[in-house]
Amino acid sequence: MNSPIVISQSDGRPMYLQIMEQIKQKVAVGEWGPGEEIPSIRVLAVALRISVITVKRAYLELEREGVIVTQHGKGSIVATDPGLGPRLYDREFEEHLEQVVRIGTLLGLSNKQMALRLHDTASRLNEVQLHEDEFRKETV
Amino acid sequence: MTGVAVQFSGVSKKYPHFTLQDVDLELPTGSIMGFVGANGAGKSTTIRILMGLIHQDCGTVHVLNHTMPANQAAAKRDIGFVSEDMRLYASLTLAWHMNFVSSIYPQWDRLYAEHLLRSFDLKAERKIKGLSHGQRVKAALLLALARRPRLLVLDEPTTGLDPVGRREVLAELVAVLADEERTIFFSSQNTLDVEQISDQITFIDRGRIIDSANKETFLDRWRRLRLMLPLNTALPQLPGVIEVGGSTRLPVLTVNRFEPAMVAVCQDAGAAVQAVDAMTLEEIFIANVQSRREGVVA
Repeated sequence: MNSPIVISQSDGRPMYLQIMEQIKQKVAVGEWGPGEEIPSIRVLAVALRISVITVKRAYLELEREGVIVTQHGKGSIVATDPGLGPRLYDREFEEHLEQVVRIGTLLGLSNKQMALRLHDTASRLNEVQLHEDEFRKETV
Repeated sequence: MTGVAVQFSGVSKKYPHFTLQDVDLELPTGSIMGFVGANGAGKSTTIRILMGLIHQDCGTVHVLNHTMPANQAAAKRDIGFVSEDMRLYASLTLAWHMNFVSSIYPQWDRLYAEHLLRSFDLKAERKIKGLSHGQRVKAALLLALARRPRLLVLDEPTTGLDPVGRREVLAELVAVLADEERTIFFSSQNTLDVEQISDQITFIDRGRIIDSANKETFLDRWRRLRLMLPLNTALPQLPGVIEVGGSTRLPVLTVNRFEPAMVAVCQDAGAAVQAVDAMTLEEIFIANVQSRREGVVA
């Protein structure tokens, strides 16, 4: 069976986190719409060739976060209002910021220095984006 | 029916050079247990007791609500067993074996057997002696699976299989569990296979069960903490520290009772937490065995 989700062996994160993230992405981009039925825990386990308990874990956490709703004996659906887009990216943003601060601290940077570096990076990337847009306009 | 498919309590068996001691096991119906241990740890002895092939010196064994070994004949109607030293008739074909098994077990599922032939890439008209080791393993699995037993007991089902064969076999094992009434107990040295498909995991070493829990519990509780200690700061006291490695200033703690709150405890004690690494089942198994063995010596 073709699986809607692809697990990576070399991805260091636990499998249930990979499943959660991919389901959230499907919901965020609208591939799985609100109220739509999603594969049952056992069906997804068979398709991914992984244990039921791993998929169950992912579904439980997704339910706790309000992304899906599981009805006993009826399977799972996407919540009618998963409100995922901004929430998903906000959390990811926060995680990356924490990572930046952790490495900055290892480098011995002060809070001000870190803020400055972030500001510089943002300006640089925005500029690159601007140039690319202009380049595209010119070539069209 | 939900409940317990396999239950061992206080099972021991003494041999001149090996003792299986106080084995307690519980396998819920509808789940799959990976039984992990080194060579000679007691995996096969445990499985043979489970099957009633050898009798325990003491303790009780229940399999599918039958007492073993007393009711083994009744229990075996619903158990499919495959072990490495399974002998098939070399000069006969796989088709002959399929016919033979289906004549004994009325619940033999012809369509499922055909499906397994295709997904294991086997040819029924081939003679057993012409099959490779991996093909023989798959043939024996086919004969057990197509009976649709309520309990599958597999001694090292993936040993000697190439990567493609392993994938085919794991896929069919997981597919068995799509039916919630069926249960699998399998031993393995390959922790990757066990990590992938098991719900329950049991570690055995030197004749004793050293840990048994559901897989998520294992993967959640074991962590490596990489700390950075300022000069003259003592290592923070944490529960469940199995091993302290690394160096004095940069210690690496292996813990088996991890909780997110531990990070704050370390920071309060003045230690910087550089990373909290998840561990693979193989790392957990090895750390577990080593700490138990050292514990015995000390």
